[in-house]
Amino acid sequence: MKRILYISLFVFLLSACAPKPSGPQTLTVMTHDSFAVSENVVQAFEQANNAKVTFIKSGDTGAALNKAILTKDAPLADVFYGVDNTFLSRALDADIYEPYDSPALKNIPAEFQLDPSRRALPVDYGDVCINYDKAYFASRNLPIPQSLEDLTKPEYKGLLVVENPATSSPGLAFLLATVKHFGDPNYLGYWKDLRANGLVVVDGWETAYYTNFSGSSGKGPQPMVVSYGTSPAAEVMFAQTPLSDSPTASIIGPDTCFRQIEFVGILKGTQRRALAEKFVDFALGAQFQADMPAQMFVYPVAPNITLPDAFVKYSQTAPQPAAISPADIAANRDAWIQNWTDAVLR
Amino acid sequence: MTLFPRHVDAKTRRHNFLRAFAPAWLKCPLLWFLPLLFLGVFFFLPLFKILAFTFDLSALTTSNLQLAFRVLLFTFYQALLSTFLTLLAGLPSAYLFARYDFRGKSLLRALTAVPFMLPTVVVAAGFNALLGPRGWVSVIFPLSSFQFTGTLGAILLAHIFYNTTIVIRIVGNALSRFDPKLEQAARSLGADSRRAWWNVTLPLLRPPLLAAALLVFLFDFTSFGVILLLGGPRFATLEVEIYIQALQLFNLPLAALLSLIQLLSTLAFSALYTRLVTRTTVQSAPRSAESNVRKAGSLREKIFVASFIFLLSSFFILPMLALPLRSISRLDANRADRAQIQTGFIPDYYTELFINRRDSIFYVPPVRAAFNSLGYAGATVLLSLLLGFPAASALAKPGRLEKILDPILMLPLGASAVTLGLGFIIAFGRLLTSPFLVPLAHTLIALPFVIRTLQSSIASIPDRLRQAAASLGASPFRVWQTVDWPILRRATLSASIFAFTISLGEFGATALLSRPEYPTIPVAIYRFLSQPGGLNYGQAMAMATLLMALTTVGILLIEKLRLPGAGEF
Amino acid sequence: MLELRGVYKTYEGQPLLRGISFAVDESETICLLGASGSGKSTLLRMIAGLELPDAGQILWDGHDLAYTPPHLRDFGLVFQDYALFPHLTVSENAAFGLKMRNWPKNKIQERVTEVLNIVNLNSFGNRKVTDLSGGEQQRVAFARALAPRPRLLMFDEPLGALDRALREYLLNQLRGILHRTGIPAIYVTHDQQEAISIADRVLLLHDGQIARQGSPKEVWENPGSAWAAEFLGLGNVIEGLKVEGWKVETKFGIFDVRCGHRHRDGEKVHLLVRPLQAGEGGVIRGRAEDVVFQSDRFKVTLDNGLYFYLDDEPKVGEKIEVKVKLECLG
Repeated sequence: MKRILYISLFVFLLSACAPKPSGPQTLTVMTHDSFAVSENVVQAFEQANNAKVTFIKSGDTGAALNKAILTKDAPLADVFYGVDNTFLSRALDADIYEPYDSPALKNIPAEFQLDPSRRALPVDYGDVCINYDKAYFASRNLPIPQSLEDLTKPEYKGLLVVENPATSSPGLAFLLATVKHFGDPNYLGYWKDLRANGLVVVDGWETAYYTNFSGSSGKGPQPMVVSYGTSPAAEVMFAQTPLSDSPTASIIGPDTCFRQIEFVGILKGTQRRALAEKFVDFALGAQFQADMPAQMFVYPVAPNITLPDAFVKYSQTAPQPAAISPADIAANRDAWIQNWTDAVLR
Repeated sequence: MTLFPRHVDAKTRRHNFLRAFAPAWLKCPLLWFLPLLFLGVFFFLPLFKILAFTFDLSALTTSNLQLAFRVLLFTFYQALLSTFLTLLAGLPSAYLFARYDFRGKSLLRALTAVPFMLPTVVVAAGFNALLGPRGWVSVIFPLSSFQFTGTLGAILLAHIFYNTTIVIRIVGNALSRFDPKLEQAARSLGADSRRAWWNVTLPLLRPPLLAAALLVFLFDFTSFGVILLLGGPRFATLEVEIYIQALQLFNLPLAALLSLIQLLSTLAFSALYTRLVTRTTVQSAPRSAESNVRKAGSLREKIFVASFIFLLSSFFILPMLALPLRSISRLDANRADRAQIQTGFIPDYYTELFINRRDSIFYVPPVRAAFNSLGYAGATVLLSLLLGFPAASALAKPGRLEKILDPILMLPLGASAVTLGLGFIIAFGRLLTSPFLVPLAHTLIALPFVIRTLQSSIASIPDRLRQAAASLGASPFRVWQTVDWPILRRATLSASIFAFTISLGEFGATALLSRPEYPTIPVAIYRFLSQPGGLNYGQAMAMATLLMALTTVGILLIEKLRLPGAGEF
Repeated sequence: MLELRGVYKTYEGQPLLRGISFAVDESETICLLGASGSGKSTLLRMIAGLELPDAGQILWDGHDLAYTPPHLRDFGLVFQDYALFPHLTVSENAAFGLKMRNWPKNKIQERVTEVLNIVNLNSFGNRKVTDLSGGEQQRVAFARALAPRPRLLMFDEPLGALDRALREYLLNQLRGILHRTGIPAIYVTHDQQEAISIADRVLLLHDGQIARQGSPKEVWENPGSAWAAEFLGLGNVIEGLKVEGWKVETKFGIFDVRCGHRHRDGEKVHLLVRPLQAGEGGVIRGRAEDVVFQSDRFKVTLDNGLYFYLDDEPKVGEKIEVKVKLECLG
């Protein structure tokens, strides 16, 4: 019994001792699960600033943000990376950021700068688009749909899989694109038509892409999926054998894509404001911006960044992406999702 | 006609042993101290903090209550149906493993435990690879087409796939210690095998059966990944709704209300179980498990054994086998020719696992992920046995205190993981980055299994065995070592396997608590699956194959080693 | 009635029973007596249908039972450790066989009361069997087997765990019930006292075969082999060589023994020296090494290893002569 007590005491003590900072300052960055960065890029930052960077990944974008909001009185991190425009208003309303007018912002196009208070700084963007399986359409001589309206045509019956906007960030983005295009409440009629045309809805991107989409290695039944504009490039970069062409492509039509812009910001209450500022500058800087296409499959917001070959060849950005202001999204998203749920799922 | 004298023998006196060695009022708090301290710090504290922080009486609106009621109803309905079907599949399987000896038995038993720890995405992919429109089945029978995801059938099938091992382990463990003479006595009294099973075996199996049913039910009741990934958006259990409300819609008061409903339901089920089981526990002399095992003799037995081995293999192994096949078959080349699956067998996905192609800071070689997983699993086994043994011993002889505490021990299984995760963040703050939180969280989930498995075994040991040992001069510890332990060896084995597999497969808490630099295998699988590309998919399948192999080998090893120091009973 | 013809059974590759044949007559109680591990329990289980013989037949009224499952044989079996159903009460245990035969409820009630009366447990009906003492459990097991009025009753060392006084008492009662009801019975034990008390006929099981059978009196008077004499504890078994005529030479002296004409001169024979004084036969000499008083006489062990029961107490170390009767065992 005694030994048991000692062991458990030991375990408790161990669990109570978080790693202590020693030597270089530690900067903690909270982010979502999809965040990735090259090792040498982080090392460059650490060496330049005599710092150690620790990342905390806290689920998808929504989950990570909500965790940051819950802990805003005793923040777990110094920097939060990865709030996107669909969640931006919630982050700003919860007031989790300290304003920081980074000198790096002056290079970044105004279209990305959605927060005039300079609390959330744009850092990357990407389009949520419908991907299609090229081979499927080619082998059946089926024309590629060119617009949202085309998707309700009978020849595309049962060919589209989308994600539930209540549980998936690309799902929400696609819903917002239809809201923008058809307006509220007409988008619901469109979705009812889609439903009548054999729409398949799943809860997450992983299931949609790998279990349902025929263009992926999962070889599912649907040849069209709501994914990202960069997914065709990823298919080439992560091909098992070198490919001469991407097996998938995106449908680029008016409002068929929704642009997601991600933001970085300094969390309120940080003890390392100076270091946090340096990290934000670094994230907006050329080295980090050039690293992220291949790491996270997003586009840099900074201009004049050289993109990987596959991006140039196979990835598409929409000339006219659908856009809704963060304030509008914040005001209506719950109602839009609820009405969508009633129209499509019930 | 009075032929036999009355009261010839002295009545056995119970509880002498307890009275002699420790006063009862002292003994129980001692046994309870560690488990309750653990639960208090790592369960009730965070849960209380988050509920106190978010719960609000304003959540009690009619529409919220309507939503809660509708979701509760579906949650209950699918859990009940799943539990019933799981028992239906698990009972004959438990019987097969407990009673018959056949070639490859330990391997098959180990394999039935593998699904328990597979990530949901992998299971979905496995079923899809097997039964989907381009799955192996439709390659062989081109006419079959099968919509797996998005149906209630998928939810039920996945729940059976995941949880049958619980029934096999808990009921099979009890069955193998079951005195075969009882059934034989019934047969000689004129019962055919069906009636002997129905009238004798089944009633005596009630405690382990109820324990297994409760665990399966709670798992189904709090089901999250299966509903989300396989059931799709048309279905929502309480846990899924909590996730949507708390993390997507940020409606924390409603999430708190749903969490409370889920918690209270769990408490009610556990309390009901406690009432049912304390009324029916029956002590019987323990058997050596081996004496019950034999080869199938008659033709009927042979047919039963062969057909069940076939069914189990096809249900448990084929979906899992589909993954390793995918992980070594070429999928990318000649995409234009989509009608056929290429059959070039290549180890590329495996070699690729060892290359940090993108120089990512979060890249972890598979050996490291496996090492992390095994380390966490080992710590979970030790910790949950350490806490489980005292609690199970106290529960084996339920007093007033135990009847109250018993349902409380089950709560971690029934609590909302999403809510608890948020509670951890609020309660532990920066401690969250400590790697020691992962095995602690795994222990929280494994503990109810460990306790249930040990408890019915401890309860089945007649007191007189302990009294005999004590009267022979054995100290309480020696009594435990010489009497309890040899009998509990099998149950301990089962408990260890539960803790081991739960830890290996756990994803939700691990994703939240583990440092990105120390991912486990399931975390690594999700990382691959969250990006498009054939290589990512292939690597995920390769990693899943690795996880399956690791689990199978781990279980086989635990069973072969039979835990050091344990003689054959 | 029951008949066994050439029953063979191997256990883990070793022959356990090697051609067992016997029959049980109406109202007869036979007793299978053998050391532990001799296969007597297995024999019972085969008769009950719980195991199958490797070869040979088990017949009832000339009808082969090979394809009759245990529950249709209508044989009652009382297990060694009773195998009572721990989840049922005393009454429910006794009623089990009747329920399986789909008796109507009131009939079951009636019969249970009757059998519980027979074993004198009528006030125990609602008790849990786990709360009973060993003797009480044994009686429940008997009542349970008796209740459906089986055509044959089998007992597998049913009294093994009970104390001597209780055992003798129960045995006498059991014999009374068996004879009154006329149910034929097979009783398995390793205890010769039990066998003498209960059996109409004893079968000695040795080396997978029936070594000797007959009424207890016949068997005890003429065990027929050195093994049987030793197993039954009939006395000292000594080895000797047959020399000319009726004489047998042993290390205790040369004796006149009627061994018949089966043995040639120079052949090894076994003799039984019963430990009682006898009028004629031979004389054994030796020093008393150990003297123990046993209720009405003294058990005296000599320095040559033989023992005798004497009326007068010799001193330890005293030289004594015992007149004995010698029997040839073959």
